[in-house]
Amino acid sequence: MRVFVPSQLQSYTAGATQVDAVGRTVDEVLRHLDKHYPGIRFRIIDEQGRIRRHMRLFVGADTVKTVAQIVRTTDELLIFGALSGG
Amino acid sequence: MGDAVQLLIGTRKGAWIYRSDEARRSWAVTGPIFLGQIINHFVVDPRGSGTMLMAAKTGHLGPTIFRSTDGGATWTEATRPPAFRKSDDSTTARAVDYTFWLEPGHVDEPGVWWAGASPPGLFVSRDDGVTWDSVAGFNEHPMYWQWAPADFGTPDGPLLNQIAIDPRDARHMYLATSTGGVFESLDRAQNWRPLNRGVEVTFGPDLYPEFGQDAHFIAVHPLNPDRIYQQNHCGIYRIDRPSNDWTRIGKSMPPDIGDIGFTVLAHPREIDSAWVFPMDGTSVWPRVSPGGKPAVYRTRNGGETWERQDRGFPTEQAWFTVKRQAFGCDAVAPVGLYLGTTGGELWMSDDEGDHWRRIAAHLPEIYSVTAGPAS
Repeated sequence: MRVFVPSQLQSYTAGATQVDAVGRTVDEVLRHLDKHYPGIRFRIIDEQGRIRRHMRLFVGADTVKTVAQIVRTTDELLIFGALSGG
Repeated sequence: MGDAVQLLIGTRKGAWIYRSDEARRSWAVTGPIFLGQIINHFVVDPRGSGTMLMAAKTGHLGPTIFRSTDGGATWTEATRPPAFRKSDDSTTARAVDYTFWLEPGHVDEPGVWWAGASPPGLFVSRDDGVTWDSVAGFNEHPMYWQWAPADFGTPDGPLLNQIAIDPRDARHMYLATSTGGVFESLDRAQNWRPLNRGVEVTFGPDLYPEFGQDAHFIAVHPLNPDRIYQQNHCGIYRIDRPSNDWTRIGKSMPPDIGDIGFTVLAHPREIDSAWVFPMDGTSVWPRVSPGGKPAVYRTRNGGETWERQDRGFPTEQAWFTVKRQAFGCDAVAPVGLYLGTTGGELWMSDDEGDHWRRIAAHLPEIYSVTAGPAS
């Protein structure tokens, strides 16, 4: 599936704004992403598997509430840095 | 190498390195490094490897540790940053919000590093900062939730804000926390006990609890590790081990200045000498220089008396303060002192505090200043 990478994480993807990853769930997609871009997952997801407070994930237009959410290969995963103060 | 000094500066918006000439008069700057990242601590291994570690996070992204093994020219990321054990109990499932303190291990344990975090957590690396493990001796201690209540802490969250190791014995360690005060381990972090007797708490019903103090900073004297200075939320203290009783040495500070501050610095050679940077802890706790007149206070007799050292600092309308890890010194004779302010200024004294001069301005809020010999 196509993953959209926000500016905050493009240092991991060598500047790429979109990358491809595979998985049956958001969690699997992010773990796959982490194999290619080591360290990227932990900056989005904490050690308890929760989406970090100032990160936002969407599958298409739908908010991802848990990384267990099932995805299809035709979906797009959008990662955003949310509002986080000055 | 001579007397040239290197300052590692961590700020709310990135890191910088300042390197001086032999006279400590001229400074060259490198940076910003990781512009925009919140750098709570930036340190270099004094044991010979020269490895630099940096505790980083951003407003959006989770915490990590950056490493450099070439003097800060290039950086890589820890492959497993500090993280708590995975828990199935949602009420006790903790996640590291940020790493606050990085401590090189004992000189006999090259490659070992310790880290303290918010929420209070202790972590260890055995491979020079590449991977980190949660230290069960503190993080899973039966008393953890009493020592580190979840809803208790600084405006930036509860902290395990400092780790100190007895240079004579790698098993003998101290922790400072914002939620429980000081803790001691005699078995290399496997077990801990509070060490707070005599330390006052003015923000709770019990004036002298066994734990619950807010230990802003402890300075274990490098020459006599039995002498420890503490800048606490409620005053300046000193302990001489093996005593378990702290003595409030801040009572001898001028009453109009008080003895509240974030940090305390021990003289690298003189056991009875230490410096503090007082802040206003009255009324609503402005946490600024008292009266808008910044000054360092030095004791030369273990806290019996204090002398004001303000020559060179602004004499009015200067409202900065100095945070926990933003006050450091070199080991040159005379000792050079370096402090970073909440207003983004870097100040130094090359005569042990008698005269101060500003060596950098307009940086972001400074969180940490680590001084050492330039490589």
